Amino acid sequence: MKRFDRRRALQALGGAGALLLAGCDRLTDTSWFPKVLQLGERTNRAVQRLVTSRRSMAQEFTEADLSPEFRSNGTSLPDNPEYKALARAGFVDWRLTVDGLVHDPQAFSLDRLRAMKSRTQITRHDCVEGWSAIGKWTGVPLSEVLAIVQPRESARFAVFHCADPMSDDGKDLYYESIDMEDAYHPQTILAYGLNGQALPIRNGAPLRLRVERQLGYKHAKYLLRIELVESFAHIAGGRGGYWEDNGYQWYAGI
Amino acid sequence: MRIQDTHSYLYYRHTLPVRVMHWINVVALTALLMSGLQIFNAHPALYWGKSSYSGKPPLLQIGARDDQAGPMGVTRVFGHEFNTTGVLGLSESDGRLQALAFPRWITIPGYYSLAAARSWHFFFAWVFVLNGIAYLSYSIYSRHLTRDLLPARPELMGIGASIKDHLLLRHPTGDASKRYNVLQKFAYVAVIFILLPLVILMGWAMSPWLDSVVPGWVDFFGGRQAARTLHFMVAWLLVAFVLIHVFEVIVSGFWNHIRSMITGQYRVKEPVR
Repeated sequence: MKRFDRRRALQALGGAGALLLAGCDRLTDTSWFPKVLQLGERTNRAVQRLVTSRRSMAQEFTEADLSPEFRSNGTSLPDNPEYKALARAGFVDWRLTVDGLVHDPQAFSLDRLRAMKSRTQITRHDCVEGWSAIGKWTGVPLSEVLAIVQPRESARFAVFHCADPMSDDGKDLYYESIDMEDAYHPQTILAYGLNGQALPIRNGAPLRLRVERQLGYKHAKYLLRIELVESFAHIAGGRGGYWEDNGYQWYAGI
Repeated sequence: MRIQDTHSYLYYRHTLPVRVMHWINVVALTALLMSGLQIFNAHPALYWGKSSYSGKPPLLQIGARDDQAGPMGVTRVFGHEFNTTGVLGLSESDGRLQALAFPRWITIPGYYSLAAARSWHFFFAWVFVLNGIAYLSYSIYSRHLTRDLLPARPELMGIGASIKDHLLLRHPTGDASKRYNVLQKFAYVAVIFILLPLVILMGWAMSPWLDSVVPGWVDFFGGRQAARTLHFMVAWLLVAFVLIHVFEVIVSGFWNHIRSMITGQYRVKEPVR
């Protein structure tokens, strides 16, 4: 009799567990509960901003810490005919357009960017999935580019438009955005070099963003255009980035 | 026939704030564990050091691969490989095999979603942290900490006897059952002042933004990937604590303990003289 009760109790426990799990999934799929859960990330962001200076520097490492091979994640070759044509020609015809809320919109060739003041930094790339890799990045500080195009007073965000389509039909081009404080941060660079070599295609050639202190998905690869805007609400899903439109955080601090 | 002459009475053992905060913790830690395992599933490997790719193999890796006999779940720990088909790496749900590190019945959400799991994790992390702050403040203010939790010097002499009692499943009666025993006090103090602060700190260590508060502080714990490994290990130490805790509750009077953690009333049995 006792054994029977125990089995019944175990079955009941298992059943209760399954119900609980199904309940959690149903909560996740409601329209209101994810908003409640978002309070966690909103608090994270507020507390992170409170305890950190916007000018705080990400840790920089030594050559000894370099990952033997810098992992490629997400797109490793954009399925975009125009991009492929540019790549075949060694990116000589590639231009970075910088426009939007600027006084002097310009298109930069790779040679021009390479001739500008550069910064080399060995930093840790932290993917939202959980892994980290350490690489040596060389590029032009975004602040140098902004000094040339002269942002207007109304510019609040820099939006990075990329060449890599995120859907099979070649649409949904990857994009990202950062605010002007991050744009002017000394470690925010447009990188054309990785570990002393030209940036490989699988890591975002010819040019990618490095915005240290934020998760990997913010570091947009395959840059084509930087657009300065007052708001990104009208772009794609309106949340400021491809992964942000898919439920990830814009501030990407943890 | 034995005459049941045990005298017993109800004793108010747990105050209302402690009871409320205990059950908030149950919910928060359950949600944290299960959403944490879903987050782990996004990259089911652990490393020691600053990065994941340093030329050294992972300490732990969970995956699936095709074997001669068909697909199998594989868990590799310190270079040793184990077939964990059915639980780790490859598990069945809805009648089909799924390549997931941790099976869906132990994760929140029960389907693969890193974004949703992170939402759950950070929400309940704040529930847990605020509850912890409230608990510590209350425990210091009400002297719960000094009166009930910190072992007194004379008690330390009784550790040997207490270990023996625990192993023999002998439980205190009378006045002694109103207090936490010395091993229990050690366990609670270790969890409250070592494991929980460590698991929180190692969570912060994984934030690239918080790493920039004092650049390099994470290396004190071995680096960001070491911090991720510690976060994972401490989480399982907490699971071990909960299993022992629940075991002790079951063997020392399940319903009596459950009632005392709901209404506060604990039935004290006088020792048979």
